[in-house]
Amino acid sequence: MKRFPKLFLLGVVLLTVTGCSQTKQQTVTAVGSSALQPLVEAAGEQFSKQNSQAYINVQGGGSGTGLSQVQQQAVQIGNSDVFAEQKKGIQASNMVDHRVCVVAVVPIVNKKVGVDNLTLQQLQAIFMGKIDNWQAVGGPNLAITLVNRAQGSGTRTIFEQQVMQGRPSKKSSEQDSSGMVRQIVKNTPGAISYVAWPYLTKETPALKINGVKLSVASVTNNTWPIWSYEHMYTTKNANNETKQLIDYILSDNFQKHEVRQMHYIPIKQMHYQQDATGKTTRIKVRD
Amino acid sequence: MDPIAKSLKQRSLSAKIETRGRLLTQFCTLLIILLVLAIFGFIATKGIAIFVQDHGSLVDFFTKTTWAPDQTNIHHRPIIGALPMIVGSFAVTLLAVVLATPFSLAAAIFMTEISPKRGNKILQPVIELLVGIPSVVYGFIGLAVIVPAVQKLFGGSGFGILAGTLVLLVMILPTITSMAVDALKAVPRHYREASLALGATRWQTIYKVVLRAAAPGLMTAIIFGMSRAFGEALAVQMVIGNAALMPSSLASPATTLTSVLTMNMGNTVMGTSANNALWTLALLLLIMSLLFNIVIKYLAKRGEL
Repeated sequence: MKRFPKLFLLGVVLLTVTGCSQTKQQTVTAVGSSALQPLVEAAGEQFSKQNSQAYINVQGGGSGTGLSQVQQQAVQIGNSDVFAEQKKGIQASNMVDHRVCVVAVVPIVNKKVGVDNLTLQQLQAIFMGKIDNWQAVGGPNLAITLVNRAQGSGTRTIFEQQVMQGRPSKKSSEQDSSGMVRQIVKNTPGAISYVAWPYLTKETPALKINGVKLSVASVTNNTWPIWSYEHMYTTKNANNETKQLIDYILSDNFQKHEVRQMHYIPIKQMHYQQDATGKTTRIKVRD
Repeated sequence: MDPIAKSLKQRSLSAKIETRGRLLTQFCTLLIILLVLAIFGFIATKGIAIFVQDHGSLVDFFTKTTWAPDQTNIHHRPIIGALPMIVGSFAVTLLAVVLATPFSLAAAIFMTEISPKRGNKILQPVIELLVGIPSVVYGFIGLAVIVPAVQKLFGGSGFGILAGTLVLLVMILPTITSMAVDALKAVPRHYREASLALGATRWQTIYKVVLRAAAPGLMTAIIFGMSRAFGEALAVQMVIGNAALMPSSLASPATTLTSVLTMNMGNTVMGTSANNALWTLALLLLIMSLLFNIVIKYLAKRGEL
């Protein structure tokens, strides 16, 4: 029993040394969209190297979590794939919307399907359950297995807005992460789903839509129809570090390198813009 | 006053320490009770919000099969048909328990009656190891091994109640086994001796005496396994396919209460009907685990030898 007081003392000393040392470090916490998470993580890492005062903490949790946490002022930045206006229960007017890049969503299929092109109408019919065999779209005689993302997830919201256009999708298997979706499509014959471009790998072939292949150019001139902004929402009185981090992500250097490398599309290259209702209009490129 | 009389009239040091200790333990007990009550209160108020605040229908909740709590039907009530996930939860739980029980009982009988020595040396560590494996590992093995196997044998995607059942089976096997071992060990030695002395064989003793005497304890073990299976979230979520459909076959995608809860919590905003509906599922899970606990308490009382 004699050892315990000593151990206790050691614990107290350790706590004091590690926890209570006062610094002026500012913590910026960004929560939300898992589609945007890798990019913000990369930005946070680089930003902290340049600015030792800032500690950037990035977490996933989904667009809904991001928006509601920033609304409650629990975090500084809420990452979202969708406009705050699109989410029920969020007061969009209380927040500032920073659009940092564009993400494209791409339909993926199992390797054995052998179909490499679908029209937007065919894609819609498949996810509505009207077409349930690959034969109908020029593939083998194989049942179509739908894999959806969870209701209310950002990627699914983009897909429903641009592809389903208000029509209900067939009840099917739902998954809560892009990684799981990819794994299931890879292993299940006849499976079709969709992922954000940064999650696309060679294991699951990507489809062309209306004969258009996914590329930066096809997204920027809107011939690739499924895309959306990546938003970083902040409160109106965001602190300095938060502003600096967002400026860093929007800087030309970061947009040209990391954003492109990780398969997001730099915001300034877009020839089209989109509003919260999903309407796209042509704009002039600023540079 | 006389110092001896004084010291005798004063409360002794050990009496003081005892009082202090008692106060401390009472305080901690009170804290735990308050904590449990707070959790119950919190989940209950959140869980009934969909019915009170959003005017959802309790009958719909248990009988309808469409789950879209962020939308409303023609009566302006949220669409909260939770039947597919209630059926899914019960289906995987009951099937897993039905399949696990014979194996668990057999292992427990082997460990206590037939070969206690080898049982303790080999089986005990194996079972302890199985308990220690995190559920995500079970889920991943399910995804990599069981789902493709089900796919090959039964067609379809392989995701579904069967895959969920098999994963749960492995997860609750050690729970039921170790509790069954305890129940069998608690049967007094003289029961066995008396039975053998009357000329019963070993098997007759096990079957007619030991198992009967330990029956309430064994039931407790099974209910405990059920409650574990019912509450398991991650591993089941990975292999069941998560489709809010009424299960039509064992190999078609289905869903459970826990997997709907964990999958959608992050995509909803606090206070909206979509979020409230998820809290209702949480309340249902809490009530179920409470029921399981009450049953266990009841059986344990009956089983006191």
